[in-house]
Amino acid sequence: MERPLQPESGPRKLGNSSVSGRRGTTSGARSFGEEDFLGKTARGTLQKITKNNFTMENHKTRNGSSAKICCVALDTVPYQGAESEMSSSQPDIPAPLTNLKFQYTKIFINNEWHDSVSGKKFPVFNPATEEKLCEVEEGDKEDVNKAVAAARQAFQLGSPWRTMDASERGRLLYKLADLVERDRLILATMESMNGGKLFSNAYLMDLGGCLKTLRYCAGWADKIQGRTIPSDGNFFTYTRHEPVGVCGQILPWNFPLLMFLWKIAPALSCGNTVVVKPAEQTPLSALHVATLIKEAGFPPGVVNIVPGYGPTAGAAISSHMDIDKVAFTGSTEVGKLIKEAAGKSNLKRVTLELGGKSPFIVFADADLETALEVTHQALFYHQGQCCVAASRLFVEESIYDEFVRRSVERAKKYVLGNPLTPGVSQGPQIDKEQYEKILDLIESGKKEGAKLECGGGPWGNKGYFIQPTVFSNVSDEMRIAKEEIFGPVQQIMKFKSLDDVIKRANNTTYGLSAGIFTKDLDKAITVSAALQSGTVWVNCYSVVSPQCPFGGFKMSGNGREMGEYGFHEYTEVKTVTVKISQKNS
Amino acid sequence: MATTNGAVENGQPDRKPPALPRPLRNLEVKFTKIFINNEWHESKSGKKFATYNPSTLEKICEVEEGDKPDVDKAVEAAQAAFQRGSPWRRLDALSRGRLLHQLADLVERDRAVLATLETMDSGKPFLHAFFIDLEGCIKTLRYFAGWADKIQGRTIPTDDNVVCFTRHEPVGVCGAITPWNFPLLMLVWKLAPALCCGNTVVVKPAEQTPLTALYLGSLIKEVGFPPGVVNIVPGFGPTAGAAISSHPQISKIAFTGSTEVGKLVKEAASRSNLKRVTLELGGKNPCIVCADADLDLAVECAHQGVFFNQGQCCTAASRVFVEEQVYADFVRRSVEYAKKRPVGDPFDVRTEQGPQIDQKQFNKILDLIDSGKEEGAKLECGGSAMEDRGLFIKPTVFSEVTDTMRIAREEIFGPVQPILKFKSIEEVIKRANSLEYGLTAAVFTKNLDKALKLASALEAGTVWINCYNAIYAQAPFGGFKMSGNGRELGEYALTEYTEVKTVTIKLDDKNP
Repeated sequence: MERPLQPESGPRKLGNSSVSGRRGTTSGARSFGEEDFLGKTARGTLQKITKNNFTMENHKTRNGSSAKICCVALDTVPYQGAESEMSSSQPDIPAPLTNLKFQYTKIFINNEWHDSVSGKKFPVFNPATEEKLCEVEEGDKEDVNKAVAAARQAFQLGSPWRTMDASERGRLLYKLADLVERDRLILATMESMNGGKLFSNAYLMDLGGCLKTLRYCAGWADKIQGRTIPSDGNFFTYTRHEPVGVCGQILPWNFPLLMFLWKIAPALSCGNTVVVKPAEQTPLSALHVATLIKEAGFPPGVVNIVPGYGPTAGAAISSHMDIDKVAFTGSTEVGKLIKEAAGKSNLKRVTLELGGKSPFIVFADADLETALEVTHQALFYHQGQCCVAASRLFVEESIYDEFVRRSVERAKKYVLGNPLTPGVSQGPQIDKEQYEKILDLIESGKKEGAKLECGGGPWGNKGYFIQPTVFSNVSDEMRIAKEEIFGPVQQIMKFKSLDDVIKRANNTTYGLSAGIFTKDLDKAITVSAALQSGTVWVNCYSVVSPQCPFGGFKMSGNGREMGEYGFHEYTEVKTVTVKISQKNS
Repeated sequence: MATTNGAVENGQPDRKPPALPRPLRNLEVKFTKIFINNEWHESKSGKKFATYNPSTLEKICEVEEGDKPDVDKAVEAAQAAFQRGSPWRRLDALSRGRLLHQLADLVERDRAVLATLETMDSGKPFLHAFFIDLEGCIKTLRYFAGWADKIQGRTIPTDDNVVCFTRHEPVGVCGAITPWNFPLLMLVWKLAPALCCGNTVVVKPAEQTPLTALYLGSLIKEVGFPPGVVNIVPGFGPTAGAAISSHPQISKIAFTGSTEVGKLVKEAASRSNLKRVTLELGGKNPCIVCADADLDLAVECAHQGVFFNQGQCCTAASRVFVEEQVYADFVRRSVEYAKKRPVGDPFDVRTEQGPQIDQKQFNKILDLIDSGKEEGAKLECGGSAMEDRGLFIKPTVFSEVTDTMRIAREEIFGPVQPILKFKSIEEVIKRANSLEYGLTAAVFTKNLDKALKLASALEAGTVWINCYNAIYAQAPFGGFKMSGNGRELGEYALTEYTEVKTVTIKLDDKNP
């Protein structure tokens, strides 16, 4: 491919802050973070869902960080087993590690650590302090070639990986989950230091999601079933669902480890081998898990990890002639380059999870208290660096003024600072480039006539911090209403009629996710059907669980990840037809 | 190039075989009571019954004898655990799966204990118990653990302005009555899918072999299943079993055992509350050996197919049809195999055949052997009990068996191999299908077309081609005709443990 990829590889993705409705505990509006209450020991496996007094005060007093975490904690208490009473004790989030060493910084091929062929390394930073954490080997085309050769070798017919029982593949993934659980504190600390992510979120949400993802995908391994088919004539026909082959996977920096597992777990469950390029900003947690992959006992070459940049290592993967499928999570801009490279090279299969400008529609009949908190989290979770960020909030005219006023009050409650520090509720943006882009968009909002309600500028003198910002009186043509901001900037728009808001919500090239707040059954179902979006959340937001498919309509992506649907992307269907002497029903 | 920037040695699949297992001598039997609400109860009647070691005929211990009042208590507990809003009903599906996975871990931890108990109580060779029964239990638990959060309803494009979707809900309280030939494995076949779908259960293990089920009760408690989700009532068929089959608050019953009792169970289910019924019953399974087969393979598979577990398998290959040209050779080699089969103490690692389960079965088998002799089959070897040795029967082979003989029509459930002759494929299909049973069938041939033809023509729930007893948690198992109703294992089993609810919502025609 001629054109180089953009400087960043896959700079984004997916918020899994699941914000449940206040009384919505039975609606499935719970999330990843509960995993840590499940089954660390034989006891404590069962959660009891308590009456959920979901208020902001509760969140703040509990750990002073994101409301989301407390929502999960309040929802759930461990079940103590047969003889003890159901207790209401809260699980503790441990303190982050203070002496974390970055031990794994090389290229992982064939279950071994390699230096880069070029001898180059690149620095990795802590975005809260702008300090360098360590240097990592910088993979490029030659390293990708080496990794692909190893992955191809591991995929040969007759190899240990190809001859392994499907149930055994599932066992290995289950074992990997146990090892990730063992190293949860290390990984959460790493994710927080390298990704600027609140430690409590990293520990509960990201790592909780990782465990669930691995265990969910482990279960599928021996349940991917072909069919026997009643073809016409004297034939016997059956299908085999075979792995695709060597899969290239390019990851974003916003949920580094979770997205790593979203990619490798279904791929491995189906029997593929993988070559992964983590985002250059956040390669560390994936490299740590590489050691766990080795420890779990995956054969050499099944998982290969090449840290590096998009235009070099990422481009080498997208255009590689011996990679059968590429999966990318990141910006729409880079997604287009990847699909183009796939087309130009070997027509490799492509799945893309890209950007969004997700609408959240609040009707006047909604439970206002809950809607305020949920719409707030839907945008501000992880400093706004979520592809699902609800960055177009449409509020019905009659409640608009009150909604804006209270949204501003809520946004002002943030404590900015180092995400490892207890009590901090907002960390830094990932890097300087993102930081400047967000500030530029904020300026455009001011210039184009939106009303700045709060925030609107940088914070502090070290690290990439931006004040929580709310704009009201936003109109559809403004840049802040059209472009993905990927920062803590909330746009609140006004709407009058159902037809009008559906049209406006759909008036974008994106179609990743959408939210609706209403108590009206008919409205909920009608609007869910009308929105052009891969996911619609009703009276909740960011409820992402491994059982549910996730992906975009329109230019937000191609294909789906997770759920049974996600597994279709990692298998090829082979139709076998055998001539027989006589068919009978 | 490669460096050691990693703590772990180069990964290879961790395929260490389990350490060479040893039975636990002087194992103390700890769990002998009725298991309800995660607690141990005495029987309401105060009665107990003895369970015996069939290889020594010694009493192992006494077990509380459950009857109708105990079943009622268990059902009450199971119903309470199934109430809307209960911890069990509100548990995430993924967490149900996690509990089953953890149960598998505990079964794996206590594998030697369970295998020892199984051998003591049922007489099956210890290595079989350890490597086959327990392996099957662990794999079945893990397989269904994975299904828990993958049981998906659908949304359906109905006519009119409505939204239509289905929910796959658990059925409710499920009764399970299990047999003595694979006591723990058959229990797990029922328990794992039932729990994975979110049901609660009341189990009656066979009165001959209640010990492993009760031990499993202790693991269920340890793992943290909520009280009342699993309840185990040891007892007899006509009392506890009948109480389960006819209980008005049990929504579904699963039974594995004889066809005779299966009919009673289904009748009782109908008379009481039309509870859903799945049955895994008897078989008189044809094993067809074509002249083009790999004869070594066929002889060995047919031998193991009928003699495995002392012949006490519903899948036993108890009608071996051999094509004329290779018949004499096949019989000769089968007899050689049978004569070499090591019979003896099931705790001895060399033993492949232990005692029959009890006096009643022992007598029945000897009676059928006598009928074979009387009806003119040729006794090639065996044909009697082992001298001075309780319930042991010599591996027996009959040749020149014809379709009308009792040994070719009745389920023997003992170490007796009847070998029949056939001339053409069409003929053998007709003869293989001529019985009321239809559990399994096996075909030995190298010819693709013949294999597929027989696979479709045979009236059996399972057809094995060039293999035998190839049973996997992933593959459904069950009978055609009077060998059963419904299927266990595989995704198919889930449909037996779920009710489908269709929800239809009318939309306002005024909205777009």
